[in-house]
Amino acid sequence: MKKEDVEEKAGTVEVFIMGKSYRVPANLTIMKAIEYAGYRFIRGCGCRAGFCGACSTVYRRENEQKLRFALACQKLVEDKMYLVQLPFVPADQAKYDLEKLKPDENVLLRVYPEIARCVACNTCTKTCPQDIEVMKVIQAAIRGDIKKCAELSFDCIQCGLCAMRCPADIKHYHVAQLARVLYGKHLMPKSKNLEKRIKEIEEGKFDEEIDRLIKLSKENKEEIVRMYKEREIEE
Amino acid sequence: MKLIKGYPEYMWESIEKVEETREERLKSTIPRMSLEEREEILRKFHPDYKEGTKREVRIGPNKGDVFYNEIVDLLESKPLIDPDEIDLSSVDYDVDILIIGGGGAGTVAALWAYESGIPKDNILIVTKLRHGDSNSMMAQGGIQAADRPEDSPVIHFLDAYGGGHFTNKPELVKALVMDAPFIIKWHEELGVMYDRDENGEFIEISGGGTSRFRLHAAKDYTGMEIMRVLREKARNIGIPVLEFTSVIELLMDDRGRVAGGIAVNMETQEYIVIRAKATILATGGSGRLHLQNFPTTNHYGATGDGLVLAYRVGAKLRDLDAAQYHPTGAVYPEALVGLLCTEKLRGFGAVPVNKDGETFVHPLEPRDVESAAYIRECYERNKGVETPTGLRGIWLDTPMIEEIHGEGTIDRYFAAMKRQFGRFDIDISKQPILVFPTLHYQNGGVEIDEYAQTSVPGLFAAGEVTGGVHGKNRLMGNSLLDYNVFGRRAGIYAAKYVKKVKLGKLSLEHVRKYVKMLEEAGIKTDRKAPILLPDYRGKKALSRALDIF
Ligand SMILES: Cc1cc2nc3c(=O)[nH]c(=O)nc-3n(C[C@H](O)[C@H](O)[C@H](O)COP(=O)(O)OP(=O)(O)OC[C@H]3O[C@@H](n4cnc5c(N)ncnc54)[C@H](O)[C@@H]3O)c2cc1C
Ligand code: SF4
Ligand code: SF4
Ligand code: FES
Repeated sequence: MKKEDVEEKAGTVEVFIMGKSYRVPANLTIMKAIEYAGYRFIRGCGCRAGFCGACSTVYRRENEQKLRFALACQKLVEDKMYLVQLPFVPADQAKYDLEKLKPDENVLLRVYPEIARCVACNTCTKTCPQDIEVMKVIQAAIRGDIKKCAELSFDCIQCGLCAMRCPADIKHYHVAQLARVLYGKHLMPKSKNLEKRIKEIEEGKFDEEIDRLIKLSKENKEEIVRMYKEREIEE
Repeated sequence: MKLIKGYPEYMWESIEKVEETREERLKSTIPRMSLEEREEILRKFHPDYKEGTKREVRIGPNKGDVFYNEIVDLLESKPLIDPDEIDLSSVDYDVDILIIGGGGAGTVAALWAYESGIPKDNILIVTKLRHGDSNSMMAQGGIQAADRPEDSPVIHFLDAYGGGHFTNKPELVKALVMDAPFIIKWHEELGVMYDRDENGEFIEISGGGTSRFRLHAAKDYTGMEIMRVLREKARNIGIPVLEFTSVIELLMDDRGRVAGGIAVNMETQEYIVIRAKATILATGGSGRLHLQNFPTTNHYGATGDGLVLAYRVGAKLRDLDAAQYHPTGAVYPEALVGLLCTEKLRGFGAVPVNKDGETFVHPLEPRDVESAAYIRECYERNKGVETPTGLRGIWLDTPMIEEIHGEGTIDRYFAAMKRQFGRFDIDISKQPILVFPTLHYQNGGVEIDEYAQTSVPGLFAAGEVTGGVHGKNRLMGNSLLDYNVFGRRAGIYAAKYVKKVKLGKLSLEHVRKYVKMLEEAGIKTDRKAPILLPDYRGKKALSRALDIF
């Protein structure tokens, strides 16, 4: 069966792309349906797999009050969806020098003072296509709980939908990004194995062996193949 | 069609068999293949060996080499521009270093060029989509670095070299494995949140073809975590980035050095002349060329542009006869077809199983061998499961993960996977998932040396666009490492290089010559390259599209 036949066999639905009606196969994602209809993306499409946040989509079903949010590459079309994409979010990251920022209780408030204006409406959480508890992320930021803010926000794909909805004009995903780098840089315990290995490499511990392998790779391939075959495998 | 927990009713008979045999599977594993067995299965079943899918290159530095048809098509295409219509006397950007591609390699190169003393405003990143929209953002599994006491860069070298079938450029492998711990350290300083135990040691697992637990991860969002931290740093420094702008041709000076590029604003289609003393090619891979019509894991902009840009200035390519098919691409549900199910699932104990609930291959063979085994199972032994749209796949028994590591493991380490399938009512901690090989990685590319230099002066390259580091097959976790190691080196050595360069007159003579070369070889074609973006418009819409704007 050809792909297009399969698509059509699944039945079709009517969607409204920025208000215009199109009939599209029912088993397509919003992204593929828009393409099926004849559009070619420049904006609004990045990874096509739910990792980049380029394809934020706002939609409303016919006769519904509720405005809904999704990633176009991760959501199937439904009958009578009214769709629009959000190709850009005007929300700059603050400028700071991470080397000079201390991971203290007030640091997030200092860099992003507007978080104090959160009215706890929970709109951000309801908007998030990753189901992150965004309001809790901001509340943690206000309290200065960097760890919590970092961990709760970890799955954020920075689509910006929360920032477009917030009545307090907070840029949640930038705040959370700062919390995560502060946490990763200052608060996570550091690996001793790594330090040790770096010292060993700097002292030249492996140079001779590696250079021998390079030499073998040119002069005696069989020997290196044998070494590869016989290497011990950790299970 | 009636769905039960996300799956059509008819699949449940097979799922039940997978469930019945699970306990047995938890107790015993299938042995790994010998090198001879590996070779045989590759020859018979790996897509690289399929006849009629490759041909000889007829022009340029790789004349006589055999590459995939789709890659040769690129090289045998006409340029998008007519040199006579470009006004080189008015330069729009005049910089020290032009970086083409704002994914991982490009961003790392920019950061290290800056660290090496190039003022931020003398660096320019030009990128097709948004800064960070790239394959780098999508990596799930992790990044290799030999930092455990049981491990060493020497063993890492052997793994990478053997995994690449001993075809890698050994000097590049050395750079890769020896720089690796420094890269992780650098990431630590930037604030990357790697998974660690309570003592701060990294939680490391093994991947296909690695002989040690060496994969560092940040849940199954490893690529995203690294990429967004790198981008945050670049934004903080204020490195200029032109988004939705693609480079469509390199520029040279009258002394045969690469001297910048011609870019195009993707939205207004206006061309932009960029003069640069050094140019770093960081355009990533080519999954969106859909070799042999395979679906792909790659991002929207992975169309192999860098290969043709480099070839037109005379850079040498290599290993483009070997593509990486990731064994575990989703084949069901339809909306996820081709998308990646990370190898880390197998690293954590998930085992591939056929429709009768039987295991048939060790879960962690090198990727090419693993893929070949799935293809054999589906199309020779007919033990695959057919999807409603006529595709075949085998089960990856993900519920084994929590049987082995305890409840909550999926939530903790596989949030992305769980979410992706959860959106279609499939709970991967309870049900297996259906997978089949998908086009994943461009093993070869523009040949570089350990200073990230190509064979043409002024042109550096790093990341997936390059060739040599992985030979004919890359191991998991070595390409995130690759883009960091060689992105860094490209930034550092380009910064060094520009200090002694005085550019001559800008020229597009090489493009004219290339067109002539095509004609002389008797290559007649309407194809144009680079492709920039794939065209997925519906057939009906396309067949009636008028080109009038
Ligand atoms: C789904 C997935 C999972 C992966 N998992 C892993 C993993 O677990 N471990 C691992 O090590 N590797 C993994 N990889 C591979 C790895 O992520 C990539 O190989 C690597 O990130 C490539 O980095 P790069 O910077 O070279 O290319 P990219 O990150 O793709 O960046 C290239 C950039 O250049 C832009 N570009 C392209 N052409 C042009 C042009 N003409 N002009 C301007 N800009 C252009 C692109 O749009 C893109 O932004 C995975 C890849 C994918 C797709
Ligand atoms: S937290 Fe905000 S930016 Fe992040 S994924 Fe959710 S809605 Fe998008
Ligand atoms: S939307 Fe804004 S104001 Fe409302 S809870 Fe979220 S951060 Fe607070
Ligand atoms: S295109 Fe990247 S999240 Fe949808």
